[in-house]
Amino acid sequence: MKYAYYPGCSLHSTSREYDMSAKEVSTRLGIELIEAPDWVCCGATPAHVTMHVLSQALPVKSLINAKQTGADTMAVCCAACFSRLKIANYHVLNDPGKKAKINRAVGAEYNGEVAVKHLLEILAKDFGLENLKGKMTAKLDGLKVACYYGCLLVRPRKIMQFDDEENPTIMDAVVETTGAKTVDWPGKVECCGASFSITKTGVVLRLCRDILQLASDAGAECIAVACPLCQSNLDLRQPEVNKKYDKKFDMPVLYFTQILGLAMGIDWKKLGLDKHIVSPLKFLKGKNIIK
Amino acid sequence: MKIGVFVCHCGTNISAVIDVQKVVNDLAKMPGVFAMDYKFMCSDPGQNMIISEIKQKKLDAVIVAACSPCLHELTFRNTLIRGGLNPYMLEIANIREQDSWVHTDRDKATEKAVRLAKMAVAKAKRNQPLFPQEVSVEKSCLVIGGGIAGIQAAIDISSAGYQTVIVEKEPSIGGKMAMFDKTFPTLDCSACILTPKMVQASQSKKVKIYTYSEVEEIGGYVGNFNARIRVKARSVNMEKCTGCGICWQKCPVKVNSEFEQNLGPRKAVYVPFAQAVPNVPVIDCVNCTYYRSKRQNPESKGLCRICEKFCPAGAIEFDQKDKIIEEKFGAVIVATGFSAFDHKVYGEYGAGRYKDVVTALQFERLLNSSGPTQGKILRPSDSKEARTIVFVQCVGSRDESKGVPYCSRVCCMYTAKQALLLKEHIPDANAYVFYIDIRAAGKNYEEFIERVQDEYGVLYLRGRVSKIYRTGDGALLVRGADTLSGTQVEISADMVVLATGLVSNPETVKLGQMIGIPYDKNRFFTESHPKLAPAETQTAGVFICGACQFPKDIPDSVAQAGAAASKVLGLFSQEHLMLEPVLACVNQKICNGCFHCRAVCPYNAIDEEILKDKSVVARVIESKCHGCGNCISACPVSAVDLKGYTNEQILEQLQSLR
Amino acid sequence: MEEKKEKNGFEPRLVGILCRWCSYQGADLAGTSRLKYEPNMTVLRVPCSARMSPLFLMKGLTSDIDGILFSGCHPGDCHYISGNMNARRRFVIFKKLLEFAGMEPERIQMSWCSASEDKKWADIVDSVTIEVKKTGPNNKFK
Repeated sequence: MKYAYYPGCSLHSTSREYDMSAKEVSTRLGIELIEAPDWVCCGATPAHVTMHVLSQALPVKSLINAKQTGADTMAVCCAACFSRLKIANYHVLNDPGKKAKINRAVGAEYNGEVAVKHLLEILAKDFGLENLKGKMTAKLDGLKVACYYGCLLVRPRKIMQFDDEENPTIMDAVVETTGAKTVDWPGKVECCGASFSITKTGVVLRLCRDILQLASDAGAECIAVACPLCQSNLDLRQPEVNKKYDKKFDMPVLYFTQILGLAMGIDWKKLGLDKHIVSPLKFLKGKNIIK
Repeated sequence: MKIGVFVCHCGTNISAVIDVQKVVNDLAKMPGVFAMDYKFMCSDPGQNMIISEIKQKKLDAVIVAACSPCLHELTFRNTLIRGGLNPYMLEIANIREQDSWVHTDRDKATEKAVRLAKMAVAKAKRNQPLFPQEVSVEKSCLVIGGGIAGIQAAIDISSAGYQTVIVEKEPSIGGKMAMFDKTFPTLDCSACILTPKMVQASQSKKVKIYTYSEVEEIGGYVGNFNARIRVKARSVNMEKCTGCGICWQKCPVKVNSEFEQNLGPRKAVYVPFAQAVPNVPVIDCVNCTYYRSKRQNPESKGLCRICEKFCPAGAIEFDQKDKIIEEKFGAVIVATGFSAFDHKVYGEYGAGRYKDVVTALQFERLLNSSGPTQGKILRPSDSKEARTIVFVQCVGSRDESKGVPYCSRVCCMYTAKQALLLKEHIPDANAYVFYIDIRAAGKNYEEFIERVQDEYGVLYLRGRVSKIYRTGDGALLVRGADTLSGTQVEISADMVVLATGLVSNPETVKLGQMIGIPYDKNRFFTESHPKLAPAETQTAGVFICGACQFPKDIPDSVAQAGAAASKVLGLFSQEHLMLEPVLACVNQKICNGCFHCRAVCPYNAIDEEILKDKSVVARVIESKCHGCGNCISACPVSAVDLKGYTNEQILEQLQSLR
Repeated sequence: MEEKKEKNGFEPRLVGILCRWCSYQGADLAGTSRLKYEPNMTVLRVPCSARMSPLFLMKGLTSDIDGILFSGCHPGDCHYISGNMNARRRFVIFKKLLEFAGMEPERIQMSWCSASEDKKWADIVDSVTIEVKKTGPNNKFK
């Protein structure tokens, strides 16, 4: 199985551990991730509030470059990048007018020939849950996980075609292949405040408090995420949440790839588990998952 | 042959786009054609003009270039009769719906109008007088569906003295109305006004009721329909059973009751509700211990059989088989009602995961004193009294992304009624209603809503609910927008009631295809005219009423049922009917007896006939022929033709475009 | 719509043979909804699409008609139970024969259009008109 790989800026900087763990897990599974040569920023949130064409031309540029890898599908880990790439592809495929504008902007002919998939979809659908289960060496029985999808992965439904946008279950299914238990909780697709983290921290603190509260009410011991921004907000801001709202959250926020890696017996250092603010190490040791 | 062409202006509907004068001039140049125009051809002076021209100019055929034949073909056929012509000497050129209304270029539209009129002339040249065939009328009506609409229609027809048969798929008649607690805006108890009607229907000598039955096939035509009805095995002898109820008291198997919307139990042998008509139970073969044991081991005597043991009338018959009844009917009324929208697609409302998020129909049962909680408003999860209830309107309705685009018409009213009843049950309860718009267009409806808001203090919030979830303490947190104050609101509720919209029944499509009633994109039956023929369908002798046509409340359903019944009575008041003469006919001199025609005929209308020279040829059974023309296209030697649409006529039409 | 006009200004002569229950009513509804479409097609009403005989195709194409459209009810919706399916079978076979004989496939088309599909009817007429315009005048039988 061969995929073009789009890491995006986060996975090369603040979320190195996501990149590390995704690659480790993929290698173990025999999934080849070839980084698209000369990929550019996906535009994230600033591009589409500035200029519509730009927000679609940027992802298309990377998609064109991805063709050089020889793969017909691009694997993406970051939820925001995934959203931007998929939306650009959608417009290219469904709107000839927009397609012409985008092609003029990038100066090349692109017809939507590279499919965009999130790593979760690749694992659950292409690789298959049963096959995935077979690759788990260390069962994570007794671990209670709240899978947190955030808002970008699933919405808008018409374009993303990812999972139910109100109660997605794909990450739960993937995480459960490790033997861990996922909790049914109402916070799965709540907003974490995203980039308001910097401009309006107060908003993010309130939203993160709600999410952490819902997860802990549901009996979760840690949160699994698939988005660097969700991770950073819930993890980085957790001490501030505790201080502001007089809470005692000590909730590790892990990438789903890290949880998979643990169950495959990959060394925790290779998974970047030492890079979190709310350190999961003590908790995982307590659970006998790492030594 | 002299042909008159009459071009209509339709006020300015046609003349604004089409140069009517040019059409008249062009047509008048054709040999044997007389042409003229008038402002409104369908008006009295317009028709009289046609009549006087028929007489003066001794016309043999008439072309009216005007609106679609679907609108005024009949009008002008009658005009021809009054003018002394055979009505089938009329042709219509549709220059309004298919020309002036869809084009803007005056020259091109005029040119098209000329083509359409010339085509009609070409056909009319080959027209032959046709004479309708006379058929008898079977004076018995089949009513499919025994809800309030079907019951009302049956009562109306039977009280005029005609035989009526109700076919209902459930074990009892009564339909959805039997489930309701009270009715808006008068708060009459639903059972109190429905059950007398159920009894009246069942006691009428002219009404036969087949419950637990389905119509499997319908054939024939107006005045002479043949229906095959499957009466499903009840496992209880209807003649012997006294309805004493011992069997269901003794039955040890408990399952969720469909009638109680899965909020209460029923037994494996059951009547759906206490006032059921007929008051004869059925045995649910899926859950009954006897049938289950027989399925596992067909040789055994079968387990349980407690009902059989205790039945004092000896009415339990485990070996009963489905019965097939074939009957003739002169008319059919379809009153198959609606289904409630399935809210499973609303993940934000829990998609059915939360027990305390109930549908409006479930809440009706909770309010009902004969319901699963004896009228106490107890939430399903823990049977605690629900003191704060949030009502969410438009669940499924007016939501193109997840539900249906239309407004279900009754939800605003029933939600207000349910909120009011909640306040009557528990005066200090809190009721919140999230709505998009309040649609209370009906007699005393708006006043009712005002009363619910002002006197009962139900709090109305204009906005949508974005999320419902269960919090740690078992309450439901309802998050929504109040667009009037521009704020987000969060309400901790004991229970949420979803005002699920009304959607068509799943059987609609199958039934429609079987009987020949078209249905719209939302799968509701299409009436023959949206304004002027709301109870008729395009199949003669088939009528519709109630919510199978579109969501409607009880008074509207009853009114439409009465309308359908009156149409049936109009039909039954005639001894004979005249049928369209557009039928196939065989030229037996040419027919070589290959019977390709019989193979394609959907109505078995082709018979064999042996001629004097012993050759076998085809013959059309006219009473069975519907005039589709399938046989003509199949005939390799052009021996069959369709009166009114002959090969010659169509070929002339095509050639006229040259 | 001036752009649409071909350079040589070729306006094809088209005929639509429509069943009276679905397609004809769909075409009427397009009028009632005041949709706009190309004026090249003249409509001929028949009881059912099954009335379509290969004879009509031949006659039409030899009468200088540039394109013929047959339209009936959707599968399962036929007023005469299954006439539309019969029509489709005849149509497919005869069209193949005509194509084999060198007739351009654009000239002979068939569609399903229900009584509620006004927009679809307008789209069908427009697309048939554009396709036949591209194909050019029918002079195979000249």
